[in-house]
Amino acid sequence: MNSEDSNSKATILLMGLRRGGKSSICKVVFHNMQPLDTLYLESTSNPTTEHFSTLIDLAVMELPGQLNYFEPNYDSERLFKSVGALVYVIDSQDEYMNALTNFAIIVEYAYRVNPDINIEVLIHKVDGLSEDFKVETQRDIMQRTGEELLELGLDGVQVSFYLTSIFDHSIYEAFSRIVQKLIPELPFLENMLDNLVQHSKIEKCFLFDINSKIYVSTDSSPVDIVMYETCAEFVDVTIDLHDLYKVQNISDSVTRPQREIKSSSALNNGIVIYLRQMIRGLALVALIRPDDTDVESCLTVVDYNVDIFKKGLEQVWAHTRIKPLEAKGSK
Amino acid sequence: MSSNNRKKLLLMGRSGSGKSSMRSIIFSNYSAFDTRRLGATIDVEHSHLRFLGNMTLNLWDCGGQDVFMENYFSQQKDHIFQMVQVLIHVFDVESQEVIKDIEIFTKALSQLKQYSSDAKIFVLLHKMDLVQRDKRQELFQIMMSKLQETSSAYGFPNLIGFPTSIWDESLYKAWSQIICSLIPNMATYQSNLLKLKSVMDAREIILFERATFLVICSSNTTTGELLDPKRFEKISNIMKNFKQSSMKLKSSFKTLVLDNTIFVSELSSNMMCFIVLNNSDGPQELILENIKKVRVHFQ
Repeated sequence: MNSEDSNSKATILLMGLRRGGKSSICKVVFHNMQPLDTLYLESTSNPTTEHFSTLIDLAVMELPGQLNYFEPNYDSERLFKSVGALVYVIDSQDEYMNALTNFAIIVEYAYRVNPDINIEVLIHKVDGLSEDFKVETQRDIMQRTGEELLELGLDGVQVSFYLTSIFDHSIYEAFSRIVQKLIPELPFLENMLDNLVQHSKIEKCFLFDINSKIYVSTDSSPVDIVMYETCAEFVDVTIDLHDLYKVQNISDSVTRPQREIKSSSALNNGIVIYLRQMIRGLALVALIRPDDTDVESCLTVVDYNVDIFKKGLEQVWAHTRIKPLEAKGSK
Repeated sequence: MSSNNRKKLLLMGRSGSGKSSMRSIIFSNYSAFDTRRLGATIDVEHSHLRFLGNMTLNLWDCGGQDVFMENYFSQQKDHIFQMVQVLIHVFDVESQEVIKDIEIFTKALSQLKQYSSDAKIFVLLHKMDLVQRDKRQELFQIMMSKLQETSSAYGFPNLIGFPTSIWDESLYKAWSQIICSLIPNMATYQSNLLKLKSVMDAREIILFERATFLVICSSNTTTGELLDPKRFEKISNIMKNFKQSSMKLKSSFKTLVLDNTIFVSELSSNMMCFIVLNNSDGPQELILENIKKVRVHFQ
């Protein structure tokens, strides 16, 4: 059962045919690699696992795509039982019929071993497709997948589709949603954020993982990709500027505890972008619309509310496995 | 001296060396990716840019194909090379015909000597990102010593050169030095800035032009602090990116406050200031008020 998640790492299994872009996704999302540099990545021949700790301890396991078809054996049974989500990458610029057959076989097996598994499909490399063609491809893939699964008697399986590309923010968005499904405390988090939004003139807020720029949670209003992009870029700006002038603090940091990063920026149309560092390498980024009140009093209220929000976070995650000390060390 | 506020800049170099890309990134808010779309420049493309309000930059982006080049040095030479304040000559580091590149540079120099002998000369070794990291410095030295030699022969002894690339912040460094060489009342800015620094007890204050985010001047911190020597260009780059992303919210940004120590704010309609404070304990209102008060001195 998947409920063991709370004491085992949540694992994402990244699969797909060869040259589909699995390693590129890993490098771009979790290692901040420039998308163009991934053109020169070598082919992955062994299963590789990488660990990331954000709000939850996350492991991303990448299986090489060379195997012609997925062959069930003993090892894979154990593997699939321990996995929280299966992410299958389909290259949208290539002939994808093979990939779909391969995918159906994997799903059949995975579903039998572990019915709680989240199945996610990334229709990848859509940056080269025109807007019309994107929709066309997605519809086509969804339909064919449905047919394949129906044939195998698995029409009840929930499969989610995402259009992604490493050259824009879509891959981060997709991963955000995938990771969110693995966080057991998510409904609670959303509730807390909703409360925060209601009481402090916030239009939209995200809880970001600073390193990977995926968001682990947001309030329940719909996500506008533009807002997400702006917020993610604001994290970049803040971190870059912060790093530029922290050189002097190296000697101080031994004696003085690291202060939390906090920044805000007012735009000419009245919107304020606000960032506060939270626990475990997370940051809260919010778009605030002060309307008729002045910016300062608005920010004071937000500050106060965010303080409470942060205390809430600390309390919820106080009893989980990673000790707070460790989390700080990994930052 | 009314013509003194109009500056003529020649942007020259052989075809494909990236002249129009630079211009588009610095002055037209293109991203490095977008420059792929640019086609070849036909003949001379003029752009008139207002800089710091009272200064107009007439940028002559000269198409670099041989046909046009020949033309510049023969029929159009008096038109092109008259009243030039600055020549920016761009070299493609990957070029196969270095000899020919230098030959064209010398042609330009000889015309300049004749028509506007007090022009400033800048050379940019462009597309440095294509050279391996460990070889960049060496290549730059070799090329510069060669170019220095040629330009001295034509009576332009102090040649300034920069390694540049559109994919990092080196481009901003080069252009901000080029533009700064044209600003007349630099000394005033500098002294005002130093006063401001002492009043605010700041570690450093940097002035930027608002539209391009090129560095105008900084309160030079010669206190031996270990600060990143490339910080100016990096800030230009970061802030420009932020400006672009704030455009997505259909606005432009006014102020940015980070950790209560870094303040970025507009000073006048064409200047931004970047202030780094020594201590973060001062009340934010006081600092913003100070910035407001100081605006008068930078109009």
